[in-house]
Amino acid sequence: MSDHEGATEAQPMLHGCPLTDSHGQAVVHPSRTQYVALLKKLLDSGYAMCCDLTAVDFLTHPGRSLPDGVVAERFEIVVNLTAIASRDRIRLRVQVPESDTNIASLFDLWPGTEAMEREVFDMFGISFDGHPDLTRILMPEDWDGHPLRKDYEIGRIPVQFKGSHS
Amino acid sequence: MTSGQNIFKTNEGAQEMRARSEISAKEILREVGSVLRMSEAEVANLGQSSGDSDEDQTMIINMGPQHPSTHGVLRLMLELQGETVLRCKPIIGYLHTGMEKTGEELTYMQGGTNVTRMDYLSPLNNELVFSMAVEKLLGIENDIPERAVWMRMLLSELNRMSSHLLFLATNGMDLGAVSMMLYGWREREEVLRFFQKVTGLRMNHNFIRPGGVAADLPAGWRSDVLEILEMLPGRLAEYDILMTDQPIWRERLQGVGVITADEALALGTSGPILRSTGVAWDLRRDQPYLHYEKMEFDVIVGSYGDAFDRYAIRINEIRESMRIVYQILDNMPQGDYRIQNKKVTPPPRARINESMEALIHHFKIFTEGFKVPEGEVYVAIESPRGEIGCYIVSDGGPKPYRIHMRAPSFVNIQALPHMMRGGLVADAVAVISSIDPVLGEVDR
Repeated sequence: MSDHEGATEAQPMLHGCPLTDSHGQAVVHPSRTQYVALLKKLLDSGYAMCCDLTAVDFLTHPGRSLPDGVVAERFEIVVNLTAIASRDRIRLRVQVPESDTNIASLFDLWPGTEAMEREVFDMFGISFDGHPDLTRILMPEDWDGHPLRKDYEIGRIPVQFKGSHS
Repeated sequence: MTSGQNIFKTNEGAQEMRARSEISAKEILREVGSVLRMSEAEVANLGQSSGDSDEDQTMIINMGPQHPSTHGVLRLMLELQGETVLRCKPIIGYLHTGMEKTGEELTYMQGGTNVTRMDYLSPLNNELVFSMAVEKLLGIENDIPERAVWMRMLLSELNRMSSHLLFLATNGMDLGAVSMMLYGWREREEVLRFFQKVTGLRMNHNFIRPGGVAADLPAGWRSDVLEILEMLPGRLAEYDILMTDQPIWRERLQGVGVITADEALALGTSGPILRSTGVAWDLRRDQPYLHYEKMEFDVIVGSYGDAFDRYAIRINEIRESMRIVYQILDNMPQGDYRIQNKKVTPPPRARINESMEALIHHFKIFTEGFKVPEGEVYVAIESPRGEIGCYIVSDGGPKPYRIHMRAPSFVNIQALPHMMRGGLVADAVAVISSIDPVLGEVDR
């Protein structure tokens, strides 16, 4: 679990990205520039299904363990892939900095990620380049802020009702 | 609110479907499903040919959010040409209550009450996946007592049966077989009565908890289960007479809402929708959890990917679940129903009366909860609707740092535009029904 273990042993790599193990599950840590190319390779190697795409805001928990060479940023995009033939799963964790909350969309690889990316945009304010319809999906269109961010306090923001009688 | 420049202005795009004249050709092509269905050459042709692009002949109507056959508060915007559906856009969020945010404020002890309300037709599967994720983070997933594991399987399978029975009921109602609605609810009620006996509640049980289950099975549970198992085959045979073998029923469903295996995979659908296209993918068999690797059962697959296949898969999955339940009855061991690990298990009631330490421990575990080691984990199981996944990030505290539920309905519902394209508006009801969405889980 500690950061220093990787320094002594050779860091396992997958397509040039650090590969770690979390409770027996394979996790790859690509950078934002490697992100789409890696997913393309994984798709071609049998990971036909992108079953989940979500994000985590690490604002109040910056000191998590990551492999060497991966710089912790505020946001993390988490993608879960499934290979039907080999009955295998793999997970990707991509660091997204607060100063530039942008990442490429996976719409061209898996059209099914459209709704999941919209949800991440809605809840975290991360925008996806190349997404065909980046609008809010769960919150009302005119909502302010992104509820699953850690600095979005519960109860401190007045409830917004659209078209209420004041 | 900090970092103002990062907060996006939120009026940048409407969620609604817009008229053809307001959007680009590329967007139209995406909305009619060309991304999946057609080659680029075909796409280029579509622009000019077909009556598709003539706005005078089409109209956009709302179906829902308060339409009885949208299974809750799903709103569909349909673009119709006559009675043919050209485009369809599901608009969700009417039931959004921020359950993932709430989950960050509840301890692992309390989390079960939150997740069980997401997919309210299969609450026990939600609790199960949440508990399995927490147990994996704690590193106790292999120490759960045998009886608890078999009890989890029993409840999970009975829940699959009750959920599919409700599907049969609503599917019948949506298509005009109203008597089926009463029959489906009636049989489901028998299963819920058993749940009430075991867990105390008909729905939202919070019965499967990290470390095991909340209580042992009550006396006479075996005969209650057997009663359900003996009652169902006759009733299922009645459904076959009422629906499966009936020409009108087949006419309404066969060839409606067709989706291919490639499309289903690209869209990430799972469960009966994916299996209806012929992809034999069932997590109970392909990535076994609990003791499913010891069970003998068949994965039901369809071949046409239409609404009838999805109906037939579900009615036969009830039969497969019954097979599994019979095997569970034969194998149910004696023993403890929860792990005897002081960290996660509260002391029994009797100990509290005689021991101060037990009282303090009991108080602490319910007020503060137990701490879970730092880490992240994704656990997926097969719910009646498909793959339900639970992603938990722990920062070492007693509450999840982030809890995300991968809801099968949320993903499955995105296949609607592809299934509806080119169909009749009357069939739209059949298509929605065949997806069997639960809006509580779509919106969370």
